[in-house]
Amino acid sequence: MRITQGAFSFLPELTDEQIAKQAQYCIDKGWAVSLEFTDDPHPRNTYWDMWGHPMFDNPDAAALIMELKECRKVYGDRYIRFVAFDSSHGWESVKLSFIVNRPVSEPGFHLQRQEAPGRVIRYTTRSYAADRPAGERYG
Amino acid sequence: MQRTGLRVNVMADAIAPERVEDGGDIPAAIDLRAEYVESGVKDVLDELDRELIGLKPVKQRIRETAALLLVERARRRLGLAHETPTLHMSFSGNPGTGKTTVALRMANLLHRLGYIRKGHLVSVTRDDLVGQYIGHTAPKTKEILKKAMGGVLFIDEAYYLHRQENERDYGQEAIEILLQVMENQRDDLVVILAGYADRMDRFFESNPGFRSRIAHHIDFPDYSDDELLQIAETMLSKQNYHFDGKARAVMADYIALRRKQPHFANARSIRNALDRARLRQANRLFETVSGPVDAEALSTIGVEDLSVSRVFAIADKAREEKPS
Repeated sequence: MRITQGAFSFLPELTDEQIAKQAQYCIDKGWAVSLEFTDDPHPRNTYWDMWGHPMFDNPDAAALIMELKECRKVYGDRYIRFVAFDSSHGWESVKLSFIVNRPVSEPGFHLQRQEAPGRVIRYTTRSYAADRPAGERYG
Repeated sequence: MQRTGLRVNVMADAIAPERVEDGGDIPAAIDLRAEYVESGVKDVLDELDRELIGLKPVKQRIRETAALLLVERARRRLGLAHETPTLHMSFSGNPGTGKTTVALRMANLLHRLGYIRKGHLVSVTRDDLVGQYIGHTAPKTKEILKKAMGGVLFIDEAYYLHRQENERDYGQEAIEILLQVMENQRDDLVVILAGYADRMDRFFESNPGFRSRIAHHIDFPDYSDDELLQIAETMLSKQNYHFDGKARAVMADYIALRRKQPHFANARSIRNALDRARLRQANRLFETVSGPVDAEALSTIGVEDLSVSRVFAIADKAREEKPS
């Protein structure tokens, strides 16, 4: 199941050129762009691992694409997302984020029902990929 | 679920058609003259002529390079050329001959012609590229390269990257990364290496990889005495100073003498000399003038501000010693 997190997730995969254009837009706005990766696709997993530092002072998106290629070389079998952080006062938060790399096969989620006292049922989702230990989940 | 993924892929193929070269709108002919003016190349070259004194061969080379790039761009628009030409350059010349200044102009020129996207100049030396311990160099070099992308990376005194006497010097690592990026990301950045002519030659000899990746070698000649005097006057007038009648002649003497002394750095020596002259002028005004001073007095460099320079003293001493 193709997971849909962040912007553009219902669109076909962006090409590197399109990613560069999005990144350039963010850089021109003065946001710090960076990459993060994970192999835990749960939607509540907000804290992904950082790939290098956020780029506060690189005026061109080619730098991000270079890092993305490096990151794909190492973690090409995981999810990688692009993050643009606005450090201006009052915002200090992520303004744009979208997935730029995903595993070849995404096994999807198991919906678990827990029967609680009375007729109550509690639901929880669990990624099939998360059955295996971190680092061995894809590929 | 598997089907959804499949459909998305098919859609991706349908939406992204084969890219046509440069939008596919190929003009029949291109007016080079109009291009020359419209792209702003003319402005940059005119500015170069106006603001930089001397440097005839350099200006000539830049003019030629600009012509080449302009033609190349026209060829690309007509679909005759596809590859980005190699734009990496090396500037060799003595200190103070305007290498950094010209590099700045070059960045501007390349930006106007659309060969680099941002047109900024990142000026670095060995310290900025090479780390102090194992594993420190690669991230440091990459950080600088990332910063320079879309612009020009200017490496001053590039030969320090290579230390012949030390095989394990980390400079070699920086060189390897640089070469790789220079080759693979020609669209993203232009590298300009700069330094003294003889040492640059030796550097290229020991790093053939660099030599073959650099298309344009530009030599910066030393300034003549007249040019230096002109430079001195321009420098002063930029700061709203001027020589009084005799001081100009003294400055001409100063330049001739200074050139013979060690550590002569062309325009940079002149700038330093003028800075010291301004200091002496300020002192002179402070100590001698009683009552109000006018703008004329505040902006005039007199003979006495220049003639007390150490350069004259040393020259005199040399002259005294010679007969004996």
